[in-house]
Amino acid sequence: MLNYTLTHLEQLENEAIFIMREVAAQFQKPALLFSGGKDSIVMAYLARKAFHPANIPFPLVHIDTGHNFPETIEFRDKLVGEYQARLLVGSVEESIKKGRVREETGINASRNGLQTTTLLDTLEEHQFDAALGGGRRDEEKARAKERFFSHRDDFGQWDPKNQRPELWNIFNGRKHFGEHFRVFPLSNWTEMDVWQYILKENIPLPSIYFSHTREVIDRNGVLLATSPYLELASDEKPEEKVVRCRTVGDMTCTGVVESTASTLEEIIQEVAAARVTERGGRADDKRSETAMEDRKKAGYF
Amino acid sequence: MNAEIDTTNYLNMDLLRFTTAGSVDDGKSTLIGRLLYDSKSIFEDNLEAIEKSSRERGDENVNLALLTDGLRAEREQGITIDVAYRYFATPKRKFIIADTPGHIQYTRNMVTGASTADLAIILIDARKGVIEQTRRHSFIASLLQIKHLVVCVNKMDLVEYKQEVFDQIVEDYQAFASRLNISDIKFIPISALHGDNVVDRSEKMDWFQGSPLLYTLETTYIGSDHNHVDARFPVQWVIRPHSDEHHDFRGFAGRVASGVFKPGDEVVALPSGIVSRIKSIHTLEGGVTEAYSPMSVAITLEDEIDISRGDIIAKPDNQPENTRNVEIMLCWFDDKKKLQPRGKYILRHNTRETQCIVEEVRYKVDINTLHKVENDADIGLNEIGRVVLRSQQSLFIDPYMKNRETGSLILIDEQTNNTVAAGIILEPLHDNRAQPDPGFSI
Repeated sequence: MLNYTLTHLEQLENEAIFIMREVAAQFQKPALLFSGGKDSIVMAYLARKAFHPANIPFPLVHIDTGHNFPETIEFRDKLVGEYQARLLVGSVEESIKKGRVREETGINASRNGLQTTTLLDTLEEHQFDAALGGGRRDEEKARAKERFFSHRDDFGQWDPKNQRPELWNIFNGRKHFGEHFRVFPLSNWTEMDVWQYILKENIPLPSIYFSHTREVIDRNGVLLATSPYLELASDEKPEEKVVRCRTVGDMTCTGVVESTASTLEEIIQEVAAARVTERGGRADDKRSETAMEDRKKAGYF
Repeated sequence: MNAEIDTTNYLNMDLLRFTTAGSVDDGKSTLIGRLLYDSKSIFEDNLEAIEKSSRERGDENVNLALLTDGLRAEREQGITIDVAYRYFATPKRKFIIADTPGHIQYTRNMVTGASTADLAIILIDARKGVIEQTRRHSFIASLLQIKHLVVCVNKMDLVEYKQEVFDQIVEDYQAFASRLNISDIKFIPISALHGDNVVDRSEKMDWFQGSPLLYTLETTYIGSDHNHVDARFPVQWVIRPHSDEHHDFRGFAGRVASGVFKPGDEVVALPSGIVSRIKSIHTLEGGVTEAYSPMSVAITLEDEIDISRGDIIAKPDNQPENTRNVEIMLCWFDDKKKLQPRGKYILRHNTRETQCIVEEVRYKVDINTLHKVENDADIGLNEIGRVVLRSQQSLFIDPYMKNRETGSLILIDEQTNNTVAAGIILEPLHDNRAQPDPGFSI
């Protein structure tokens, strides 16, 4: 306190709160994308801080693939109640029924790619002009160049060569009718920062982040949880393992890791020692080297 | 990465933001790759991915540059085309790198990366010495008031690690840097490719007495770089809970730009000029006893006065300059249109947005020679000039030299909504053209 400096976590927190308030002020109808994963839980937590004692002035939007870990949905509903937040659900199941997207088939079938259409439809239906996301630049190469305020054209597309320069702390959210922004207040955080912040602030998380016993299969080195949504190849034999989730997404493509870490401190030690990046456990990024860039251009989170 | 992380220590780490500038071939991406690699910030699957790419491209060694060249277009062309942000941490500090390309056409990215940096690394190829691009990068670092500069003379392996080569470059650089406004300049001879003096001290250059790069980054003191004197609080948003419990709560939400605010302080709201006192400084955790930059808080006042987004809370005895005429150094970003003399733009200064008109272009700067080009009002993409703006509403400004937050602005094109210029606010010009130029002297 004496020399008026903030620690790096305090700086990141204050930056994220600043960004959230800019979004509330600059946009007509923002929304916070809430997946139930730890990053979006931290986002909701920071949003509560930013506007306290008022409620969060925008709804939480969950794009529901229908293939969730049940623990995530339970946790989501509890959080929404506690924060007195508004929740909107965009359903991939509905998009499939309406014929907006076609369900992938075969053994690697996943609804992860289908989320993009549901997301864009949901944003359009409610005329949201800004969607706050928990994306971080350290997650993947294509994200290293992402802006805090990421401009999307009226097709929801990201043009990496046509992003606005962001100088000092001035963010330009002006747009034409039909365009929208994705905003990433956690841009400068790393996975370690998120975990340390959760520990420092004692933020509750869904139980699947902690070590538990679960039936899994090993597919190309990625451990996938068995569920009614996962089609098995004939030679794939489910076995019980002690695991935990490092990220939370569609059950069919979110890998789990073998782990006995049952507390935040143990998870942090594990993250510190980890030799595989967080997204390394996601089968959807492995499809090609520029998979993420392609999906981002199409309007993925 | 350390097997055991000390959680208490992690909570006490501070943050250094730095920018790296260099030209296409002076090994900037390799240097960053080396910092990430030697500080063990690269994970196994990332490393596997670049090993695979390196093999496919037929590179002899693992190409560390591939770690940072993110977008597909860049990998195809082998150049970096935008500002990319990288992260790594040592037990002492967390680092945010704004990695910016060095081509002449990307001044825009360099200015962007420099605008939030505490420190800049300037890379010089030991075989080429101080070249135009070195001067351009250094000028921009100086213009954007980066307080600390680390000049890395890279590729020392290609000049047989000779001290004479390094000494000559240092001498050349100092001769030209005497015209810049940077007080703290350090020089380090390195080889990013082989790791000499990057993380570990080089055994091949025992003649060098200074510290390796990483140690320099870890220990550069930035605590006094912030302005904790002039209290400025730009209001972002007004918090009104509309609940029974907090019926009368009106919190002015914002981030302290500079100075210190405490409950009980007498403050003035601008532009209204109405004076009140701070009742409380509110956060979710409760009231705080003082708020300083860059804390995000909500201020409540003793009196009910009308304050909205775009206003600034300051102290009655220390106020920013109230003006509609702003003199700036402008860097132009738009690749489609040039700066229009007498043109109208949207001006954003802190949280305030208003219109402005370009009153006068005083001169253009040749950023390679640092010469003024008078009678040239033609400012296009990546060009820099001294410009006078007249705003529609009053602005409450400070010179950039004193205050990065209240001394900066951007211009937005009314048609495209693109950010087309960055502006660095200069001392108000009372007698015409009598004041020294910012960033450099001629």
